[in-house]
Amino acid sequence: MKHRNLFWLQLAFTLLVCAFLIVPVVLSVLAGVTENFFIGLRSGLTLRWIGEVWSLYAETIYLSLLIAVACLAVTLVIGVPAAYVLARKEGRIARVIEEIIVLPVAVPGLAIALALIIVYGGFRDFRTSWAFILVGHVLYTLPFMVRSVLAVLSIINFRELEEGAASLGATFWQRFFTVVLPNAKPGILAGSLMVLTLSVGEFNLTWMLHTPMTKTLPVGLADSYASMRLEIASAYTLVFFIMIVPLLVAMQWLSRDRRARTVAQEQPLPTSRTFSQ
Amino acid sequence: MDRRDYPQLIIMILPAAIVFTAFFLVPMARLVIVGGSGEEHWAAYASIITKPRHLESMVATLALSIGVTVAALTVATVSGLFLVRNRFPGREILLSMLTFPLAFPGVVIGFLVIMLAGRQGLIGEVSKLLSGDKIVFAYSMAGLFTGYLYFSIPRVILTIMAAAEKLDPALEEAARSLGASPWRVVRDVILPALKPGLIASGAICFATSMGAFGTAFTLATNIDVLPMTIYTEFTLGVNLAGAASLSIILGLVTWAALFIARSLSGATVSASG
Amino acid sequence: MTTIETASTAITLHQCAKTFVNGTRALEPVNLKVTAGETVVLLGPSGCGKTTLLRLIAGLDEPDQGGRVLFNDEPVTNLPIEKRNVGMVFQSYALFPNMTVRDNVAYGLAVRKISVANIGVRVDEMLEMMHIQDLADRRIDQLSGGQRQRVALARAIAVRPRVLLLDEPLTALDALLRDRLRVEIDELLRHLGITAIYVTHDQAEAMALGDRIVVMSKGQIAQIGTPQEIYFQPANDFVADFIGTVNRVPVAALSSRINGVKNEVMFRPQDVDIVTDGEAHLSGCVAAAFFLGDRTRFVLDVAGSGQVIVESLCRASQVVGSQVSLRIRPEGLISLAQAEHRS
Repeated sequence: MKHRNLFWLQLAFTLLVCAFLIVPVVLSVLAGVTENFFIGLRSGLTLRWIGEVWSLYAETIYLSLLIAVACLAVTLVIGVPAAYVLARKEGRIARVIEEIIVLPVAVPGLAIALALIIVYGGFRDFRTSWAFILVGHVLYTLPFMVRSVLAVLSIINFRELEEGAASLGATFWQRFFTVVLPNAKPGILAGSLMVLTLSVGEFNLTWMLHTPMTKTLPVGLADSYASMRLEIASAYTLVFFIMIVPLLVAMQWLSRDRRARTVAQEQPLPTSRTFSQ
Repeated sequence: MDRRDYPQLIIMILPAAIVFTAFFLVPMARLVIVGGSGEEHWAAYASIITKPRHLESMVATLALSIGVTVAALTVATVSGLFLVRNRFPGREILLSMLTFPLAFPGVVIGFLVIMLAGRQGLIGEVSKLLSGDKIVFAYSMAGLFTGYLYFSIPRVILTIMAAAEKLDPALEEAARSLGASPWRVVRDVILPALKPGLIASGAICFATSMGAFGTAFTLATNIDVLPMTIYTEFTLGVNLAGAASLSIILGLVTWAALFIARSLSGATVSASG
Repeated sequence: MTTIETASTAITLHQCAKTFVNGTRALEPVNLKVTAGETVVLLGPSGCGKTTLLRLIAGLDEPDQGGRVLFNDEPVTNLPIEKRNVGMVFQSYALFPNMTVRDNVAYGLAVRKISVANIGVRVDEMLEMMHIQDLADRRIDQLSGGQRQRVALARAIAVRPRVLLLDEPLTALDALLRDRLRVEIDELLRHLGITAIYVTHDQAEAMALGDRIVVMSKGQIAQIGTPQEIYFQPANDFVADFIGTVNRVPVAALSSRINGVKNEVMFRPQDVDIVTDGEAHLSGCVAAAFFLGDRTRFVLDVAGSGQVIVESLCRASQVVGSQVSLRIRPEGLISLAQAEHRS
């Protein structure tokens, strides 16, 4: 029957695509734990490469984590209120501001980094601290936090909830903290996961902004790809996967959970459409 | 209630506004000026057409981005439609596998391409076994293409699936009841309905490919895509103005593509990041 | 008899109009006086301005320049809703999904920083009054429409508001539930003795609940009066057509004269008697008949008049196609000659 053939054909095609995406990852993971990649698995499994990676690149791992958490803190504090304001003031100005906030995602990381160096490169202390990289990360991840919260706010009728709270006597700040924020939680959560994931994996901006003292994990990876043997590079990549996969899984689980729960509404998927490469 | 809340609303958006102005708007403005401050002054912005190296770079980048976009859309449409319409054990796992590489930075993807198609890559070993010739394409245009395809497919597939879920089965049933073959149904009913989603995700794919840096950096090919050209102008050529002007042009192209994507798909894309 | 000591508040609106930012004129200048403890229903089709008027009283919107709102004699025009101490029930209830029923009802009290012990007592009292004690710890999304309605009411009155404002509270419910809850709301409002403003587009609701009804159309008040006045003495064409069904028969189609009627006679479907002999005012041929259980409605084709709708309690059924003669009861004659509206 034609339909059955079509099904198997499509399935085969899809499996091929999956293989294309997954096989290199598997290879790289294996390479990171094999004694000698050229000999293959026969040479035995080992953790020594990971050990070497740790001794060489431990600070990059710490720094990436530090920047990611700091980035999250900053985007929460400045992004969530901003999303609320944009949700309140629906008008042309809000649309324009939204477009502007999205710019750092549209403009290539190189350009942003260049611009930052031009203007702030002169402040030595700032230029050589991790705060410089943090700035780039915040600019890049802020739109995702804002959009995520904005998406949730547009689905729940937060204005009516606020009016309800106001009719009961709640002031502006009381309404914001007891009614708006708790109900925006799914968006805040999805946005947070995205910010963390993006920050940990950010390269384009960070490569330009970094100094030998402020290397993040992706920067270290680029280093190791260029100069280290394959096993170490693979082991380092494996460490990166270990850090990022839990975040990805959490994001997928979150999006599936929300999709299952709502019935008729437009469900925003917490995926980033424009991770730069 | 609205007017009275203005003071609080301004306080709430102020931090974001300040950070953004200080660290993005002002520097970008300076970048535009610096771009025009080199020897050629504002003519530097036309260098994309006037300097052969820059033009080649732009053409290569455009060709690559468009090629990858078409390929990614095709692959994603076939697989995406398949996954939306069929339920079978293991579907969820397939879906996770397809979207899993979403967060990989370009550098890692470049590395993965090397693992697949580099000098000691899988494809090389397998082809050597089969035919005696080792196929190595990681460091050529094909390698770049592979890498770009790698990060594009997950992105596009999710958008297509979201659009496909909203298709009205009644339209297809109507077409079939009128005698249309499956291929005609795809051509006349499904693809037109998916068009906005296709254009939107295509534009995003295009924009991402245009601005991709990490992948090309790792693969260190002879082909210079525009981001690499910018990078080398800045670091090796110490040509700040050249780098700046090229960056602005690249930024405008990617911004335009994303703008098209957002306006075609309406608020959903912009709101969902 | 009130067991809840709410200081009953009179409401006065003086020349309140509302034009929105985008230019729509939702409300023309309106004057309204509501006495303390009264239930006033704002009734009209969608777009007539009734919700706008309610929001002005609530303090969610401000009237245009020159409009004034007073509670008793106190001007509240410039007070935002948070400070007016009103209780409001929204059309989709606006219950907080992040809180349980108990926390929702307690919200207004918590905001007023009442002690936790007292809040507990009050909340229990409210839950009991609305018969929802066993729902206290449920989350909002686990509740049915009728249950949410009760929670919304409990929450609104827990704070002892001066005025209770209800914006189409029953519209989202199915017919059976609506009837039942209408009775409960009526009892509640009577029990509380509170001043209440109730917005609805459903006439039956308006008639059942209102001490007075304000019929509105296109941003203006068409008539204010008791249900009986509105029904039997409509002040203008709009009210006559909007409330219930009204028959209009030109004088020329009548078979015998009626004193005092000049151009057309207006009457309600139930204000006629079927006569087999004696003086009939008009007669016609039965075009359709509907047995509705408690009454029969039939449609007569009357020469020179179009269709006349008649409702009859009599058990005899009318055969389609037969001739029927009607006599209009004198008290059923409606004249639009000036029923003044009392504001």
